[in-house]
Amino acid sequence: MNGAFPDADPVIRTRRLSKRFGRRQAVREVDLTVPRGAVFGFLGPNGSGKTTTIRMLLGLATPTSGTISLLGEPMPQAALRVLPRVGALVEGPAFYPYLSGRANLVRLDAADRTSDPRTRARRVEEALERVGLARAARLAVHAYSLGMKQRLGIAGALAAERELLVLDEPTNGLDPQGTREVRHLVASLAGAGLTVFVSSHLLSEVEQVCTHAAVMSNGRLVAQGTLDELRGTAAGRVVVHTRDTEAAGRVLARLGLSPMPDGTGTVRATTGPHTPPPEDIVSALVTSGVGVRGFSVEGTSLEERFVQLTGEGFDIA
Amino acid sequence: MPERTARAGGMLASELHLLFRRRRTWALFAALAAVPVLIGLAVRVSTGPPRGRGPAFLDQVAGNGVFLAVVGLLVSVPLFLPLTVAVVAGDSIAGEASQGTLRYLLTAPVSRAGLLLVKYAVIVVFCAAAVLVLAGTGVLVGLVLFGVQPAVLLSGDTLGLGASYARIALIAAHVAVSLLGLGAIGLFLSTLSDVPVGVMAAIAVLAVAAQIAGSLPQLDWLHPWLFTEHWTGFVDLLRQPVLWDSFVDNAVLQAGYVLVFGALAYGRFATKDVLS
Ligand SMILES: Nc1ncnc2c1ncn2[C@@H]1O[C@H](COP(=O)(O)OP(=O)(O)OP(=O)(O)O)[C@@H](O)[C@H]1O
Ligand SMILES: [Mg+2]
Repeated sequence: MNGAFPDADPVIRTRRLSKRFGRRQAVREVDLTVPRGAVFGFLGPNGSGKTTTIRMLLGLATPTSGTISLLGEPMPQAALRVLPRVGALVEGPAFYPYLSGRANLVRLDAADRTSDPRTRARRVEEALERVGLARAARLAVHAYSLGMKQRLGIAGALAAERELLVLDEPTNGLDPQGTREVRHLVASLAGAGLTVFVSSHLLSEVEQVCTHAAVMSNGRLVAQGTLDELRGTAAGRVVVHTRDTEAAGRVLARLGLSPMPDGTGTVRATTGPHTPPPEDIVSALVTSGVGVRGFSVEGTSLEERFVQLTGEGFDIA
Repeated sequence: MPERTARAGGMLASELHLLFRRRRTWALFAALAAVPVLIGLAVRVSTGPPRGRGPAFLDQVAGNGVFLAVVGLLVSVPLFLPLTVAVVAGDSIAGEASQGTLRYLLTAPVSRAGLLLVKYAVIVVFCAAAVLVLAGTGVLVGLVLFGVQPAVLLSGDTLGLGASYARIALIAAHVAVSLLGLGAIGLFLSTLSDVPVGVMAAIAVLAVAAQIAGSLPQLDWLHPWLFTEHWTGFVDLLRQPVLWDSFVDNAVLQAGYVLVFGALAYGRFATKDVLS
């Protein structure tokens, strides 16, 4: 499943990871594999269990069952050894409002016993610059806008040498310009060799930067792989316009498709992995004497695939 | 390994820095400092220039400023001091949780035991600083408003000025130690909730309730176990020679509370899901 990164040593691997809150099953038997160097989009509608999974990955919550390996070590047992190499943004940024942006980052860095106090000021400064907050660094955080706080959160994740970034909805609250900048930032970090695990309920937000994605729905992992793999398994459709709907249906059925005539001169059929190529379908129709007035193949965008997988809708379980 | 030590102390230094740069901390100190100031002014206004001395502390203050610090502590021990400790201890973990900064500290990462230790150390420093502010203001205001003389103790013995201040320091130490158990209880309660104000109220209520229980003769079997039992026991430290019993009993009792509630806090917090 790892596509471009057939790495035997994934950065994140979970096995049958589950979390229950009382009677509510927030995460069910999730087997997640994030290869090294990937930009991994973790998708799913609201309440599908993304943040809960991330909390377990980072040792904030204990799994009800299942195992987690983060950078090759078991979590939460190895948290103190692993987390210095992981930058995280979980469920939105959070800071001391009366401290400046810079002071907040310095405080967090001081909390990490493995961080070097001699380089602290420089690392914090560089991280602030990277997210475009250098000028606002001395302002108290209560005077920050939501987008500025979000950037500060990302700066916090970047303030030390990291191997993995876990970003939970990093573009939440950002303006389009900010969203674009975060996308560029993620791309440039990935270019520098980091693995980035980024959650979102908006596919469009991650589609352009991700190499891999996984889709959560109702606590389950319903798909994961490279973007091409995800698109590839997606079902498309062939659409035949003809007066001869019955004959067309018979031909399509012979080719292993399940035709659905709609009674208005159109036959649709969902394609699968064993569907013959479109040109063969057309020639089969013509040689069988079906009067074809129009023929088209409708591919499935990742967006549609996402909707198929998650059952879409705004009803949150 | 001096560097390793410096790093381990890095977080404590940073959290103490945070404590002392918060406006709230200084507001609490100001409120405490107001106690001896108000008492001093009240005594000064009501009695005019120093007159004879009576048995009560307040009367002694009028005659000798040395006693103002003692009176300030005595008045603050039942409620004001515990309230300030409740604010700081109640906020320690619950405040981080409610702000969401707890998840970022833990992913920094800080070990959960380490975080509790640092937070408790901050509470201890606050207790010491609060008592110091109270006693220090008392000494200064007493000096300014009433002047100081050698103190005549309850026993009739007379203490030199240096010895008097040493007694005040001893009393301040007793009061600071008295607050350590409450601080540990507060730390534990703070791990139970994400609502700091609720925890602060709970701590304050506990302190008052324990003192009420301590005043009911029907509950005298319980008294030796109450963390408030020796809170005002420092009068013994004004005897000649010093009667150490209540100081020592108090220290042992408070240490017990720190151990028990420290263990409870760890037991609760070590595996708690941080979902705030
Ligand atoms: N502390 C909690 N107590 C009980 N249930 C919870 C708790 N936190 C989350 N849940 C439940 O777990 C499920 C998953 O929540 P989670 O926050 O992981 O979703 P999410 O995918 O991050 O959603 P969003 O896109 O809205 O951030 C939800 O059904 C939610 O109701
Ligand atoms: Mg979420």
